[in-house]
Amino acid sequence: MEVVDAARWQFAIVTVYHFVFVPLTIGLAPLVAIMQTAWLVTGKDTWLRLTKFFGKLLLVNFAIGVATGIVQEFQFGMSWSEYSRFVGDIFGAPLAIEGLAAFFVESTFLGLWIFGWDRLPRKIHLACLWLVAIATNASAFFILAANSWMQHPVGAIYNPETGRAELDDFGAVLLNSTLWAAYTHTIATSMLVAGTFVTGVAGWLLVREVRAGNVDLARTVYRPAALLGLVTIVLSGAGVAASGDWQAKLMFEQQPMKMAAAEGLCETQTGAGFSILTVGDLSNSCEGVIHLVEVPGLTSYLATGDFAGEVQGVPELQEYMSERYGDVDAAGEEISYSPNLALTYWSFRLMIGFAGFSAALALAALWLLRGKGSVTDKRWFARLCLIAIPMPFVAASFGWIFTETGRQPWVVVPNPTGVDLVRMLTSDGVSSSVSLAEVLISLTVFTLLYGVLAVVWVRLMVRYASHGAPEVEAPPEPEDAETDRPLSFAY
Amino acid sequence: MDVHTLAIVWFVLIAVLWTGYLVLEGFDFGVGMLLAPFSRDETERRLVINTIGPVWDGNEVWLLVAGGAMFAAFPEWYATMFSGFYLALLLILVALIVRAVAFEWRGKIDDALWRRRWDWAITFGSWTPAVLWGVAFGNLVRGVEMDADHQMTSSLLDLLNPYALVGGATTTLLFLTHGAVFLSLKTDGEFRHRARALATRLALVSAAVGVVFAVWTQVAYSDKLWTWGVVALAAAGALGALRAIRGGREGWAFAASAVTILAVVVLIYGAMFPNVMPAIGDPANSLTVANAAATPKTLTILTWVAAFLAPLVLAYQGWTYWVFRRRLTADRIPAPIGLSRRRDPAAS
Repeated sequence: MEVVDAARWQFAIVTVYHFVFVPLTIGLAPLVAIMQTAWLVTGKDTWLRLTKFFGKLLLVNFAIGVATGIVQEFQFGMSWSEYSRFVGDIFGAPLAIEGLAAFFVESTFLGLWIFGWDRLPRKIHLACLWLVAIATNASAFFILAANSWMQHPVGAIYNPETGRAELDDFGAVLLNSTLWAAYTHTIATSMLVAGTFVTGVAGWLLVREVRAGNVDLARTVYRPAALLGLVTIVLSGAGVAASGDWQAKLMFEQQPMKMAAAEGLCETQTGAGFSILTVGDLSNSCEGVIHLVEVPGLTSYLATGDFAGEVQGVPELQEYMSERYGDVDAAGEEISYSPNLALTYWSFRLMIGFAGFSAALALAALWLLRGKGSVTDKRWFARLCLIAIPMPFVAASFGWIFTETGRQPWVVVPNPTGVDLVRMLTSDGVSSSVSLAEVLISLTVFTLLYGVLAVVWVRLMVRYASHGAPEVEAPPEPEDAETDRPLSFAY
Repeated sequence: MDVHTLAIVWFVLIAVLWTGYLVLEGFDFGVGMLLAPFSRDETERRLVINTIGPVWDGNEVWLLVAGGAMFAAFPEWYATMFSGFYLALLLILVALIVRAVAFEWRGKIDDALWRRRWDWAITFGSWTPAVLWGVAFGNLVRGVEMDADHQMTSSLLDLLNPYALVGGATTTLLFLTHGAVFLSLKTDGEFRHRARALATRLALVSAAVGVVFAVWTQVAYSDKLWTWGVVALAAAGALGALRAIRGGREGWAFAASAVTILAVVVLIYGAMFPNVMPAIGDPANSLTVANAAATPKTLTILTWVAAFLAPLVLAYQGWTYWVFRRRLTADRIPAPIGLSRRRDPAAS
């Protein structure tokens, strides 16, 4: 194993791990803010109860999201210092702005929200949560601006004197088409994760309470929550599909190799079908690949908006790229410009497939809760709720695994209509002063530590979700300086 | 502004961000380090943790922004320093990770063993960075082994030299004092008096070690006269803190210990300038403000963003401290509301 392999495994593990928690935070923060707003507007205790219940789950999740995010800020410099040197002039800016514009807001106002129930006037307390929700979404924008630049570098020039990519137009970096498609897709996905989570948890508790004879509780508390989640699933589901289509079209244009690999396209064809099941040796060779089931013309449509459009295959692209970007790397070895075919092919399909569980949950909930005030005692529905909750998390992970492994062997993918020299192979980006032993130590430490924390996170979430939403008392109005009653919340 | 002026502006801003981080997290680390040895029972432990409850997360962000700003404004510095200090940074990150989840998760389960484990995490998560940041900064001032490509070649053992270890002891003691002063500032009653007594003892030791570190830094690593003024400021802060805490004036003591930490950071950056990472041996290998900086275009954009956002951040973080300004006492800590360790049969 070489340093670059170990460093890639480490980055993949800590990033996938971070992105288990991130979408739930991004999606759940606005949903809890909506619940608290509903409480302030309607004055109904139900909404306060749900705010506190889902708020607690949000905080358990937020903590580990923050903790796993700290590593990311430093990992570029630690393991990918050559990459950091090459792109720092452009890549660093969105990261710094993310910190100043988003991290400060979310961390400060979350503290105010957690501890401020009896210290702040109600409207200001609510505004704190909305600021947290806005900041988590803003932070996603800036980090995706950085990531999208790696996928499709714009607004950059190459300085031959320093051998670095330099910023030419920051507006172009922020208006990158890749960024806006990726941002829409990521936010829609996060809302899908959170909507499925809320409907799943509330639906499961609803069935439990109905079966225990607490029909009123199920109707007044869990039904509204399940419906809020349901609306979120339907809206965000449409957003996920539309933005996914948008992204696919951009990808065919900007990173044709990624999409050709994802489709297992072994020859350039017109009217290419979308394969659902493919067998054969997909390990970076097109030989023996057989498409068993496919939807005719769909890939061409995804790529070009025309069912008979032409799309290029992997071998043709390999030939073209060798000619344009060189056929040997720094070590003198031949460069394969295609990513791992099996990984990209299957992660793309699993992403779409796992998202299907949310659709199933939404249909079932729509059917069972369709009447005014209706509840259900169907055991299969409770089971479906439990199965559906983790699925969009898995789908989101596969989406990122597809996006990131699909750009290999590049860490900065050359823009077909940009500056050719603004490009970098992953193997050239790794730190040259860090030894394999060091990376293996950090890889082991992060994997074990994160593994333990993940187990604790799952148990806490399950424990608190299955406890249900306890009855609550409305918090007292902001205290005047003299009262000595206990704090409304303390760690 | 020309590129050189801009680069100096960002050198100063990064020093400001690190100062903000070390002053604010300084007392968080101090409070965390004192958690186990200083509190007598569970209620007192919660009292200690809740003095920083609403603010520790916002304080920690100063580090993330300092890191991001180094990446953006001095990519070479960011790349060389963080790949060079690889294992030390790994340890710090592990500490910060477990500390962050410990604060949030500790009270979620009402069980003594559960809490004890998270207390251990807070303790480890506070001591480790308090020591290691000092060691890292000591090495930054002293210089590291670097080749002509600005790749750091010092081994981990090289980093554990006497001067850097004194740096580690200095930050640890300064943070302990800062934390103890903060505890006496944020609590009331008997606990406040105990914290004050502890702070008095700590202030003595930290003033002594801090002055040694400051003078050593000045004599061995600074070629500037004005940094003597900063050494004097550090000493004045340390003595001022000692005097104020003895006199029972916690607010002044806190301000004075903040000034001490500020002065130490300014001294470190002042001694280094115009280097950002001096090389031992051939000074031509050093990373400087000039050869590590980003382009003027990037620096200009960053300057505008910082000029608009930084005052806002200071305003709302300051407001947070105002909202939670009241002193805490043990009898105002509410009863634990965590769930029981195992599933409660009545709930299901």
